[in-house]
This record gives sequence, C-alpha cells and structure tokens, in this order.
Amino acid sequence: MSKPFPFSAIVGQDEMKHALMIAAVDPSVGGVLVFGDRGTGKSTAVRALAGLLPPISVRPDCPYNSAPGDVVPGRNPDIKEAKTVKVPTPVVDLPLGATEDRVVGTLDLERALSTGEKRFEPGLLARANRGFLYIDEVNLLEDHLVDLLLDVAASGENVVEREGLSVRHPARFVLVGSGNPEEGELRPQLLDRFGLSVEIGSPTEISDRVEVIKRRDTFERDRETFLEAWAAQEDKAQKRIVSARKALPKVETPDEVIEAAARLCQAVGSDGLRGELTLIRTARASAALSRRKKVKVEDIAQVAAPALRHRLRRDPLDETGSTARIARAVSETLG
Amino acid sequence: MAAPGDRWALANAAVAALAVDPNGLYGITVRDRPGPVRDALIACLTELLDLPVARLPGGMDASALTSGTDLVETIRTGRRIERGGLLTRQRETLMLVPMSERMDAGVAAQIASSIDEAKAPVLILLDEGVEPDESAPPAVTDRLAMTLALEGVSRLETGGVFYSRDDVRRARDRYDQGIADGNAPEVILSLASAMGIGSLRAPLLALRLARVLTALDGAQEIGEPQIITATALCLAPRAVTLPSAEDAPEDAPPPPEPDDSGQAKSTEEGQIEDKVLDAVAALLPELGLLAGQARGQSRARGAGDRQRSATHGRPARSRTGKPEGRRLDVFATLLAAAPWQTVRQRTGSPRDGLIVHTDDFRIKQYERPSESVLIFLVDASGSQAAARMAEAKGAVELMLSEAYRRREKVALISFRGRGAELLLPPTRSLLQAKRRLAVLPGGGPTPLATALVAGRELATKIRRGGATPYLVLLTDGRGNIGLDGEPGRKQAAEDATNAARAIAAEGLTTVLIDTANRPQQDAKDLAKAMEAKYLPLPRADAKAISKMVRSSVEQ
Repeated sequence: MSKPFPFSAIVGQDEMKHALMIAAVDPSVGGVLVFGDRGTGKSTAVRALAGLLPPISVRPDCPYNSAPGDVVPGRNPDIKEAKTVKVPTPVVDLPLGATEDRVVGTLDLERALSTGEKRFEPGLLARANRGFLYIDEVNLLEDHLVDLLLDVAASGENVVEREGLSVRHPARFVLVGSGNPEEGELRPQLLDRFGLSVEIGSPTEISDRVEVIKRRDTFERDRETFLEAWAAQEDKAQKRIVSARKALPKVETPDEVIEAAARLCQAVGSDGLRGELTLIRTARASAALSRRKKVKVEDIAQVAAPALRHRLRRDPLDETGSTARIARAVSETLG
Repeated sequence: MAAPGDRWALANAAVAALAVDPNGLYGITVRDRPGPVRDALIACLTELLDLPVARLPGGMDASALTSGTDLVETIRTGRRIERGGLLTRQRETLMLVPMSERMDAGVAAQIASSIDEAKAPVLILLDEGVEPDESAPPAVTDRLAMTLALEGVSRLETGGVFYSRDDVRRARDRYDQGIADGNAPEVILSLASAMGIGSLRAPLLALRLARVLTALDGAQEIGEPQIITATALCLAPRAVTLPSAEDAPEDAPPPPEPDDSGQAKSTEEGQIEDKVLDAVAALLPELGLLAGQARGQSRARGAGDRQRSATHGRPARSRTGKPEGRRLDVFATLLAAAPWQTVRQRTGSPRDGLIVHTDDFRIKQYERPSESVLIFLVDASGSQAAARMAEAKGAVELMLSEAYRRREKVALISFRGRGAELLLPPTRSLLQAKRRLAVLPGGGPTPLATALVAGRELATKIRRGGATPYLVLLTDGRGNIGLDGEPGRKQAAEDATNAARAIAAEGLTTVLIDTANRPQQDAKDLAKAMEAKYLPLPRADAKAISKMVRSSVEQ
C-alpha cells in the first residue's frame, strides 16, 4: 500500500490527534470513536497514524504478528526463535461488508479441500494483533459484529470454536471507529465501551481551510517530496509516542487527581466506573506525552471531553451538547 | 467553452474533464433515469475516455467486490480457485453503476475506501432515484468530483460532442505542465462556505476540476469561467444553502488577507466571488438542482434504521447460529457444509450423503422496517404563533429520543404559505432532526388541504414499506388556501374536509391537536371528518404533547 498522508501535516483537529496518540501510548484506554461529517478528515487521520507508529518486532512470517514467547497456534512457545523482523505497526481496515468468518478467521478452505487437513486460517483480528483495527462507518456495522469486536478488544484474545477446531490466539488491538452521525447512531451500550470519543468538524478559519486543501493537493500531486518535507516532524511525533510509552508505567497519579476524576464523573452523571477509569488512564497517558512524571488535575480537565462525552445521558430538550455540559462541569468542579 | 447555461454543454465539459484526469477526479454522479439522453452521455464517455467498460450489477453483495475464493469452482475442481473482485481489477476501467440509489451501505463503504486508496476504477454512478429521499450513497458521491442532473434535458439537445480525443490529449499535456492557481483556492473555499458545504473534499475536487477545465480551454491560469463551471459541476450539487445573488456576499466569510498586496487583492477576490455566485445562482434552475436540493442530505440509513428480525421482513444476509425458533436457511447451510465434505469423510466416520455439522447452520435474517412512523404535520402559518412551533419541535425531539428503544421513526411535514414541505423524512437520527428543525420557517397563510394530502401520501408510502404510520396533526384547523394554491376560506375548508375524508378512508390512525388558544369548531369538524382523535391543547408544552401522542398511538 502506498504511504499515507503524514499525521503531522493534518491541520488542526487537535482533539482527534491527541486521542489517537493517547491510544497509541496506552492501548488499555480502550479504543477511539471519531464522529464527524463527511470530508472532515476522519479516515485520513486514522490512516495517517499507520505511518507514525513505531515498527514492532515479530517472528518472521507470523500471521498473528507475534513476538517471540507469545503463545499462538502453530508455534511452540518453548522454542525461542533467534530471529525477529521489524514490521510496521499494523493498521487493519475492516470493511463494512466483512463477514464474521473473515473477521475472526475460519478453516483454511484450500487445505481442507486439497489435503483434507483441518487448519485455521486467521482472519482480520489476527492481522490487527498488536496494532490498530479501523472501521469506517462503524455506526452502519451490524450490531453483533460490533459487539464481537469490542469483546475481543477488551479481552485481547480471539477464541474460535468451530468445525471441531478450538483456536485461541492473541488479538490485542486498539479499535478505532469512525462515522457520520447523520447516518444513524451507535447503540448507547456500544458507545460506552469505546474509551475515547471525539467529535470533529472541518476547520472554520478560511486560512486553515486553504492550508488543508493546499497540503492535500501537494501530497496527491507529489507524494515523495511531500513525505520527505514532513519526515522530520513525523519522526519527532513518533519519538514522542515511544518515550511516552516507556515513561507511562512510572507516571504517578496523586490521590487528588483520582478524587478530581470521581468528582467530575459524579457532576456530569456518567454511569459506571468505566468513565472514571478511562478518565484517569487517559490523563496519565496525556501526562506521559507531555513528558511529565506526575498527573495533574489539569490533565483530567483536558481529557474530560473525549473520555466522558459519550457516556452522558441525553436530554433532548437540553440544547447544550455533551461537550458543553462537560466543560461546564469541569469549570464547576475542578475550576 | 460553450455557455454554461446549457446543461448538455456542461455535461460535455464534465466528460472531457474526467477524460483528462480520471485518477484525480474519480468519476461523475449522473442523476437521470435510463433513456436516450443518458445513453448519449455514456457514449460520449466511452468515446473520450477510451477505457474498457464494466458494469457493476445492481443489488450486488459487498463480497463480490473484492477478490476471494470462488466457491463453486473450488468445490468442482477440488483446488482453491481465486476469483478477482470487481474492484480489484486494474484501475484503468470505466465502471458504470446502474441503480446506484439502491447501493448497499457495505458496497458503498468498500468503494469509498478503494477510492481513498487510489485503487478504484473510474466511476460513473447512475442515480435513478425518483423519490426525494432516494439517492446514491453520499459516502461515494462525496468522493466523486462531479454531479450532473440530466433530468429534463431534451433529446434534441444531446446532439453535439464538443471535445475530441485530440482536445483531451492536448489538455492532458498542458495539465501535466502545470496550471497556475491564482487566487482560485481562496475563491473556491469562500464559495463552498457560502453554500454551507462543510466537507473539505468538495473544494479540493473543485480546485482540481477548475485546473483541468483551464487546461481544456487552453489557458495557463485558472480564470472566472473555469471557476463558474467547476462550481456548477462540483459545489452546487452539494450546496446545503443555495446562494441567491442578493444575500450570498454577506454570508460569505471575508476572504483572507494576503500578506503583501493587501486590500486591493481581497476586494478583487470578493468581486469574483460575487460574480461567480451570481452566475451559479442563475444557473441553478438550469442545473435541475432546485428540486433535488434535499437529496443526498435527507438520507438516514444505518444500523439504527433497519432492524434485523428473525421472522418477518425482507430477506437479508444469513448469519451463523442455531435455528432455535428461527428459520434455517437451507441453501446457505448446504453451501457452508459443502466444502468440508472431503475433510469430514476422512476424519469422522464416513457415511453416505452430506455430513452437516451444527457450525454449518445458517439462520435467515430479515430486515424489517420499523414498526411505526410518527408523522407530524405542523401548521407553521401566521395564525400559529411561533411558540406553538417551538413546542412542536420539542415534541418531535422528545419522541425521537425515545425512538431507539421504541423502534419508531419520526417524520415532519410543515405547512405554510402555498405548500407543504417534508422537513424531516422518516428518521431516527436525533442529530439530523435537530439540524432540520433549527431552520423551520414560519408565517404566511394556511394550506391545510395540501398538507393533509402530503401527509396521507407519506403515510401510504410508509405503509407500502411495511411499517405502520401515525399522523399527528398540530393545527388550529383554519385553512385559508385551497388545494389549487388559491386563497379563499370556503374552497379551502371544502378541500380540507375532502382531504380529511381521504385520510379516514385509508384507515390511518390520526391525532389532531388543536393548538388554538380557544378550542375551535373548525378543528373539531376536521377531526371528525378524519376520524381522528381530537385533543384540544391550548397550553400544551412539548412534554404534554408527546405524552398525549404516545398514549393515543399506544391504544
């Protein structure tokens, strides 16, 4: 596949970029949902992420992108392979019309027919292991598939039981869904299971808009030169992710921050613990990205909207959107 | 270039532009029913593009688009036979997509992503939608540079072919050498903003189109005529608010201040925008876009819009699962079992006949249209105070907020002045409803009869689709415009009564909410003719209205 548009060359869209970087730093944040109108650069940003992520070491020819020592079908975990290869972090597209078989994997048809051998043929979930799984128009995907994906994403393991075969393989990936809210909404039960949710629009400043189309146009006319011009920026952003990942386990979360998160969740009335947990994790990853050793209450305030906006109860008669409600709660409880 | 007012000339320009840069403009959406005019256009396309032509069969499954295993051949030969998908063929194909208004969302998504990855063939979407809410999927049309509405172009106009292959070749050379943009990017972006187009894909495509048109015209730098044509082909079809010559300049955001040449340049830009907007505004009726304005935006389909049902409805794709009370898809089950027979004969105990495991079971799924659609007919005339409107809007939003759980959709027709307008086609999207409701206009006389006819038509259409419509009429019952659009209380009342009787004859469940300050005999009579439940609610707020409607519908 040809190289995607550079992540750093995306004009504006800071909230979305920040959310994707957070998910890259700490996958346990649990997936990103991007909602916005057509032509606002949702898929561009997600595909751009592929170019930004640091490469991973995998066993050669492993359909699961496994690292040495991982337990995957067809490999003996006790044999330590000496060799690994570096491959780009996978960003796998899940097309809307995909069947369940293609997603979870199925019996290898060719083997079954030609040699009568039962062998598992890994699906898209295997390919996305240790990377990102991207679904454009996730709101149009059949509910049972979304449900399945969220389950696998949460457990990090894909279990296939069919044809007398019982296969389990690691499937740790960050789920990224995007959609256009005008075409239908995601069930609230599913919404809540995404870690972060961002709403994007196209930039309003005309100078920004001019910049967007100029960059895109230059990119499409001469990819190589454009990519070269942005290589240094991309490199910097990648280093930021890598060092934030390293620093993450050592980032401290003081009690006052945990308390602030609890107060905020209560104030906006988000149900369940999931919101609170995501809020703290996101704040921690955000602090790591800012090269800090300690989470601050301001981090909570900064990530409150993407971590909580999809967990609010909607009151249709209240004209204020969830974003505004969160901003209000932030200034009331943390301000 | 020919006068842009001529739609056939525009169509010619579109075809020639696509021939010059097929990989940068991606394709054309053609709105027209099959006929000689469309055939003439396709003939033009095949002549100028000189690419092999393929047709994407209508109603096709998403799996046929990408390559995969050819099951039939695989079973027959005992070896895996790969089948090339329709989209994975070489890029240099002209792909015609008839009946694209019926394209499945999965297919649309695949086509859209293949365009993004620069792997798609050159696409001609043939949008044969007749109803205002039928149109080709926006996920694809948004990515194609041009839209042509050919409805109403006469056969006689289609004679001329304005460009030759040589013209295209020359233009391609000039285009490759580079076309100067001048201030076209800024002008096009302002135009897009003035038309309420949020997508940045549109101005990008318009800019590219303007460059190609400049190359076709033999010029070096993009000029006004090319911007006008590009706007007509690319921006106007996506316009949310159509510019009219008078108010557009105020709506347009101020052009950016260039750092060196300052004021002089921005006024110049402003003038070009005004001119282009004037030209395009004059073109709009010509473009056949006024009627189709709401198309493409009014679509709300999605997982939330269709429900899978186990027992009734239109058949949808089967899925794996145990039958347990659901219907087994025998054919799909056999098909699933077939490839494994060799293995099963070998591994299990061999026996005669087909060995079917529970994993093979495929259960039938049906798409069932939502159980009920609430149609709000809202009187927005002068006799209805603005407050009533606000309450009606509130009620619609309240009902929608519960729609998900209740498997309902809500539609809204408002009437005022001389006609009734479908403001919100049946939808379950709260967001879409809010956007539409925000711009609901009010004032003017009351075309009650027209509204009742429109309501009945929508209701019967919904019923044909298999759902149950409910009509909720909010009015004071005092119509003063007849069906013919002429004022006159007597004729208006007569027409309204007739329309009301027609609704009763259809056996529709109807609620009339009398919104007048004092309950009116007119409204009561109307309710009686319509066999509607009559609810005088002079002081009702949104919550009360929604409660009353809810209880009436549930009875």
